[in-house]
Amino acid sequence: MSFELETASDRAGLRRVAIDPVSRVEGHGKVTLLIDDAGEVQEARLHIVEFRGFEVFIQGRPYWEVPVMVQRLCGICPVSHHLAASKALDRVLGVHRLTPSAEKLRRLMHYGQILQSHALHFFYLASPDLLFGFGSELGRRNIVGVAAAEPEVARRGIGLRRFGQQVIEATAGKRIHGTGAVPGGVNRHLAEADRRRLAAESATIVAWARDAVQLVRRLHEADPALYDAFGCEPSALMSLVRPGDGALELYDGVLRLRDADGRIELDGVGDQDYRRIISEEVKPWSYMKFPYMTHLGPERGWYKVGPLARVQNCERIPTPLAEAERRVFRDYAGGAIQHAPLAYHWTRMIEMLHAAELIDELLGDPDLTAGERMADGERGHDGVGIIEAPRGTLIHHYTVDDDDLVEWCNLIVSTTHNNQAMNAAVRRVARQHLSGHPIDEGLLNHVEVAIRAFDPCLSCATHALGRMPLMIECLGADGRVLRTLERGA
Amino acid sequence: MTETAHFLLDGVAVPFAEGQTILEAARAAGRYIPHLCWHPDFPPHGSCKLCIVAVGGRHLSACATPATDGATVASDTPEINAERRALLQMLFVEGNHFCPSCEKSGLCQLQALASELGMTTPRFNHFYPDRPVDASHPEVLLDFNRCIYCELCVRASRDQDGKSVFALTNRGIHKHLVVNAESGRLADTDFAADDVAAGICPVGVILKKRVGFAVPIGSRTYDERPISAVSMDREEP
Repeated sequence: MSFELETASDRAGLRRVAIDPVSRVEGHGKVTLLIDDAGEVQEARLHIVEFRGFEVFIQGRPYWEVPVMVQRLCGICPVSHHLAASKALDRVLGVHRLTPSAEKLRRLMHYGQILQSHALHFFYLASPDLLFGFGSELGRRNIVGVAAAEPEVARRGIGLRRFGQQVIEATAGKRIHGTGAVPGGVNRHLAEADRRRLAAESATIVAWARDAVQLVRRLHEADPALYDAFGCEPSALMSLVRPGDGALELYDGVLRLRDADGRIELDGVGDQDYRRIISEEVKPWSYMKFPYMTHLGPERGWYKVGPLARVQNCERIPTPLAEAERRVFRDYAGGAIQHAPLAYHWTRMIEMLHAAELIDELLGDPDLTAGERMADGERGHDGVGIIEAPRGTLIHHYTVDDDDLVEWCNLIVSTTHNNQAMNAAVRRVARQHLSGHPIDEGLLNHVEVAIRAFDPCLSCATHALGRMPLMIECLGADGRVLRTLERGA
Repeated sequence: MTETAHFLLDGVAVPFAEGQTILEAARAAGRYIPHLCWHPDFPPHGSCKLCIVAVGGRHLSACATPATDGATVASDTPEINAERRALLQMLFVEGNHFCPSCEKSGLCQLQALASELGMTTPRFNHFYPDRPVDASHPEVLLDFNRCIYCELCVRASRDQDGKSVFALTNRGIHKHLVVNAESGRLADTDFAADDVAAGICPVGVILKKRVGFAVPIGSRTYDERPISAVSMDREEP
C-alpha cells in the first residue's frame, strides 16, 4: 500500500533533498524529499535507517534475563521496556496479579519514567522551536539558548527531569538501566530515606508541571492558526484505558481504538489479544514496520499513539489537576478530536502533570516500603505485556520453552505505531511549507518540528543533545550537486 | 626465639610456613594477590596467570611458586598490573561477556578483578564465539559464553563430587568447556544443583535457574566491597 506523496509517480529528473540525520529526536532517522523543477514536493519519506535486531538476539536466552537485556533498546525510556518485558513474563509465570507492593513500586517507577521523559522531550528537544520559532537563528535553537533566554523555564525543565530520574533510581537502583522489576514482582522496596526525600519535593514538582501545561497552552492560544494546522492529518487514536470506566491508564489496561471523528471503534481488547486487531506491514525503504488495524487494512487502518491519543481516548484523567487541564484542552477545540501534531506537546505536559500527581499521591503509601514483593502462578509458555510508554503503546510478546529459554519475541515499540502518522505529517508540512519555496535550513527544520512533535525514539538510543551534524545536498536531474548546505557536529 | 622464614612482598615482610606458596602465604598475612583459577580447596592450577608476580626479576605464578626465605617479590606494581589487565582483556574478548545484562554482575570475579585493576576497555578485537547455552537441566543453566577455562568446575566435579561432569576439550584457541555426556547435555548427567561444582564458577557459566536478578544490582558482594577485601574472607562471592 502506498500513500499520496509516499512514492513519486515518475522519480526520474526529480531533485533529492535529504535531512540526515533528523536532529533533536532520540535515535537516527532521515527524511528525503523529491522535488520537481517547479519546486513542488513529489515524494516525502521519513526513513528509519538503523537496524536493531533485539527480537532475534534474545532468542535462546533465559527468560529472567530479558527485562534487563531488552531495556538496552533505549537510554531515554529503558523503564518502559523493562516493565513491558516484566509484565509479559509475569504472564509466562502465570502471575495474573502482582502483590500490592510490587504493583505500586512498578507504577511509581513508570510514573517517574513518564515524568522524566516528557520533561526531557519538551524542555530539551522541542521547546527551542516553540519558544524561538521554527526558522529562528540556528545557533540559539537548543537547550542552552532556552537557558539564556528563559532561565527559569530551563531550570524547572531540568528539575522536573531530575526528579523523575531520582524516582527511577530509588525504585530501579539506577537512573538508567536499573533492575527493579523481575518476572513475578520486584526485587526491592523503596527505602524510607528515599521516600522521605522524594515526598519533600513532590508538591513542588506538581506545581512546576502545572506551570508547564500553562506554558504550552499559552503558545497554542497565541498562534492557533499555526498550532492547529501545522502537519495536521486526521487518523484513529489507540491507547490503553482503564477497564470499566475508560480512565487514562498508563501501566495496565485494555486497548481502545477511537476513529478520527471520536467514535469508539474497538474497546476492551485485552493485552493478550493484541494480535487479533493489529497487523504490521513492511516497506523496503525503512527498517521500521508500519502497523495498522487489521479490520481496516493498511490504507485506512493506521492510527496515532502517545499523549495526543491517550488524553483524547480516555473518558477522564483520574487525578484532579490533570483532569482539569484535559477539560481545558478538550474545550479548546469545542470537544472535537484534535489531530495537530503540535497538540502532542500540550497533551504531553498534561500527562506529565498527571504523573507528578500520581507520584505525589503514591509516596504516602506504606506498601512501597514493606510487604510481599513476589507472586507465583502456574507456569505457561506465552505472555504479552503492554504498557503506555512515554511515546505511546509499547507491546512486548514472548514465548518461552520448557527449558526456560526464549523461543520467539515480537516487539511493537511506541514509535512504530506512529510511523505512518509521522510520514503523513512530514508530507503535510512539505506541502504546506516547502512546496514552491527555495529550501533553506529554517524550512527544513519545519519538517523536523513535525517529526519531533511525536517525540519519536528512532533507535531507542541516546545521543548528544544540541547541534547534530547535518548536510543537505541539492542534486540536479543529472546527479550533479547544485547546492550544499552544511552544519557541523 | 627463632626467626620466622619470610619473603618481601612489595617491600613488606610476609612470613610463611614450609610448603606454602607465595599466594597462600600472602593471603594468610592479609595480602591480596589477584587470581581467578586458584581456590583454597584445590591444588594450584596455574592457568589464568592473573597471580603473576616478579621474583628476582622472573615472572612466575604466585599460586604455584613455593615461598622461599629472603625472596623479593613484586606484585602490586604498575608493570605487573598492566600485564594483568592485558590478560583480563584477552579473557573478555575470547568469550561473550556482556556485563550490562549478565545476571552474575556484581558476583563475578572476572568483572570484579577488571574493576579493581582499572580495566576500562577490552581493547582487543572481540572474537564473538557462537556458544549456545545448555538449559536442559531443570535446576541449572550453563552459559558457555562466559567460560574462562579455570577448570574449577572440572576439578570440583571430579575431585569433590566424584562425578566428572565437566571437561575441557580441544587445545589452544579451540579449547572449550564440554559436558561429559554422549548427548553433551547437562540433563543427561548425574549433576545436581547442590554439587560443589554447581557453586564454584567464578564467572557466569554455571547458574541456578530462575534466580536472575532477585538480588538487586548495586547491593551484591562486589558492588559493596572490592574483590581484594572479599577474597580475604572467602573465595566465593
